[in-house]
Amino acid sequence: MGQVVIASRLSDGLVVFLRDKADPSGGAGNGRADWVLQLADAEVADDDSRAAELLALGEADGAAIQSVVDIYLIEVEEETGQLRPTKAREAIRCFGPTVRPDLGKLALAERALAAGN
Amino acid sequence: MALLEKRDSGAVLIVDRYSKVEEDAATPESGDVLVSLERLEAERESLLARADSVGVWLRSDQSPSGLADDLGKIELVALDFPVFSDGRAYSSARLLRERYGYRGELRAVGDVLAEQLGFMLRSGFDTFEMASPNALEEFATIPKEVRVVYQPTGDGLATATELRLGT
Amino acid sequence: MYHYDEYDHALVKDRVAQFRRQVERRLSGDLTEEQFRPLRLMNGLYLQLHAYMLRVAIPYGTLDSRQLRKLAYIARRYDKGYGHFTTRQNLQYNWPKLEETPDILAELAEVEMHAIQTSGNCIRNTTSDQYAGAAADEIEDPRIWCEIVRQWSTLHPEFSFLPRKFKVAITGSENDRAAVRVHDIGLIMKHGDGEGAGEAGEVGFEVIVGGGLGRTPFLGKTIRPFLAKEDLLSYLEAILRTYNMLGRRDNKYKARIKVTLHETGAEEFARLVEEEWAEIKESSLKLPKPEMDRIAAHFVPPEFRALESRATAEEERAAGDPAFASWVRNNIVEHKASGYAIANISLKPVGLPPGDATSEQMDLVADLADEYSFGEIRVTHTQNLVLPHVERSRLPELYDRLLAAGLATANVGLLSDIICCPGLDYCTLASARSIPISTQISERFADQGRLDLVGQMQIKISGCINACGHHHVGHIGILGVDRKGEEHYQIQLGGSASEDASLGKILGRGFSADQVVDVVEQLVDVYVELREGDERFIDTYRRVGQAPFKEKVYGTA
Ligand code: SF4
Repeated sequence: MGQVVIASRLSDGLVVFLRDKADPSGGAGNGRADWVLQLADAEVADDDSRAAELLALGEADGAAIQSVVDIYLIEVEEETGQLRPTKAREAIRCFGPTVRPDLGKLALAERALAAGN
Repeated sequence: MALLEKRDSGAVLIVDRYSKVEEDAATPESGDVLVSLERLEAERESLLARADSVGVWLRSDQSPSGLADDLGKIELVALDFPVFSDGRAYSSARLLRERYGYRGELRAVGDVLAEQLGFMLRSGFDTFEMASPNALEEFATIPKEVRVVYQPTGDGLATATELRLGT
Repeated sequence: MYHYDEYDHALVKDRVAQFRRQVERRLSGDLTEEQFRPLRLMNGLYLQLHAYMLRVAIPYGTLDSRQLRKLAYIARRYDKGYGHFTTRQNLQYNWPKLEETPDILAELAEVEMHAIQTSGNCIRNTTSDQYAGAAADEIEDPRIWCEIVRQWSTLHPEFSFLPRKFKVAITGSENDRAAVRVHDIGLIMKHGDGEGAGEAGEVGFEVIVGGGLGRTPFLGKTIRPFLAKEDLLSYLEAILRTYNMLGRRDNKYKARIKVTLHETGAEEFARLVEEEWAEIKESSLKLPKPEMDRIAAHFVPPEFRALESRATAEEERAAGDPAFASWVRNNIVEHKASGYAIANISLKPVGLPPGDATSEQMDLVADLADEYSFGEIRVTHTQNLVLPHVERSRLPELYDRLLAAGLATANVGLLSDIICCPGLDYCTLASARSIPISTQISERFADQGRLDLVGQMQIKISGCINACGHHHVGHIGILGVDRKGEEHYQIQLGGSASEDASLGKILGRGFSADQVVDVVEQLVDVYVELREGDERFIDTYRRVGQAPFKEKVYGTA
């Protein structure tokens, strides 16, 4: 069980996740926010204090750069090697509308893979 | 906080000559005062008999109907927008202007945002207490962004229907 | 249909330019999200679970082919190739970019469309009977009045910050296809009785106030049995002013006019409105005859040909093709002109999201409208499309064209013609998914024979208590709830949105997602077993009550 910072990108509204650019392994939390499109690329906080640091980092970035909005923490767990949010709502946010699997983030990731990048 | 008064082209900054009398303070002997509706009701005789100007401040849940008879002696009505989304003061403003024939200063106070100025002007407000540091600039452009109006109000602007029919 | 004049064009254009500037200020960081949110909402732009969502108004559900082609184009160029028709005669795009929204609005303005007031606590898109101007049972075309209300309500200086959103619906027929009793204001066109309620023969409105669904559903109450046409706007202004001053602002769940009416009492509320109206009745809100005539002139019916009422081509095809016969029986409605028909196009194919249409489908329907229906299309609150004026003899051709595009599902008004909100697949307020429930039901009841056997039936699904899927007024209503992070569903029976409007009653404890379809099937089985004659589901339910249904589903009454 861990936590991830989730947000919406201002320019197009897409769901993004936080990665601490300066210090991906945890620690001081004075890093730089890097917003990524795939949950798999997000930083997972193992405990509440790291989660709070990440949230603070995301919020500070949101306030300063204004490139993301609606920033909050979600709970995730690992299931057969894949990260999954524990709540249905957040899982749908992370992977896209269940009724249009062709449009969601997994499809996006698959297309990116197929294109070889 | 800046106080703006509308002009034919945009607005000018003006000085607020009224002092607002807080709830627990005594009404000063002289000078222009802005009082609550409660105080106006409690001290009606003496307030309306003053040589200096009297203004009354209405919360958004207070109807202006009780003021109708005294409007000749009141020089300022300030209507409060506790948050921009509380739109009761638009109705109060129109009633004051269009029903009770109030001609004095009608001031918008509280959460007064540039994007709402157009609606406020159409409802009859003529002064505006604004927090924005760019209030003057905003006033010069934003209310004119949409030029066509469909609804007749007391502001006398010709509506689309009137323009169509040439009336 | 109505066409903008220079003033209408100028307003919408100005509005697009204004929003363009607001978006620029937001993207440059000049406006914060808190400051920007109300501005974008006033232009119909939401931020949903996956992306922004733009809600485009389709005023009173009327489109021409040029507009529908534009909607298709926008979906293709700026979105992911589809749009969603909602329960309020709007179209939603699910993936627009903020940066491109001003361009989308500019494209819409070119074809006399906009997204103004499709969100926010203001007067929303006025909805109407989808068969307006074509229905055989119509007193008068209600869209004339919808257009008058549209203009009056657009950027209304006094009513843009109401306690809560405000929805008006107008029907021109006694058979209410616009669900007027579940709107904040419902107007029914009717004849005066010559005994106080209007001159005999004069056409006016019955005014109903305070209906609504959501957390606390109410059916509206008549506060004026007859209102003359010229007084429409002054009366609406009196209602809105009374509500603006009186409506609760301390609790958003108690802020709709239905609660104001309930707490004030319908009679007292009516008295306040009449008192206010007396003051403004003779003001410049009184509609000038030339303006009423000008707008009415836009709605003169197309020139129908003089045709035999029966068409051999149609009858011959129906005799040899049961699928076509089903389509005619279910999707075709009587037209007021002899030899013409109203053709419904179902957007509820088996297994796909209700109300969604691809760009290709929209383009095709636009072409078909040009070829078969004087270029006119309607959008229904049941999330289907309509070609309002089709010659009966050409129905077989039309059917073939639709069939080839997957648009000939013959289920209008039947069990699988489900009204369904976007739910947790898209909507940020949702408690549970609604679309998968609806697709499962349509798959279970995919067999046309079975659908026809079950007959007229309304299933309505909402993904949360906001009730955008109108579950309170479904014969079977399904409501998604969140039970400790899990999707769960409550079932209600006995609702109706038609002229016999009623609110459904909860059946009992709820179900998990994988139980719902079985339960629906059980309910249908009970009905089929108990029905007498040609009773619809709702008729049987009203006759026998809830007990037999409960017993079947829970094993006890
Ligand atoms: S009913 Fe709820 S879930 Fe469905 S669209 Fe409305 S707000 Fe969203």
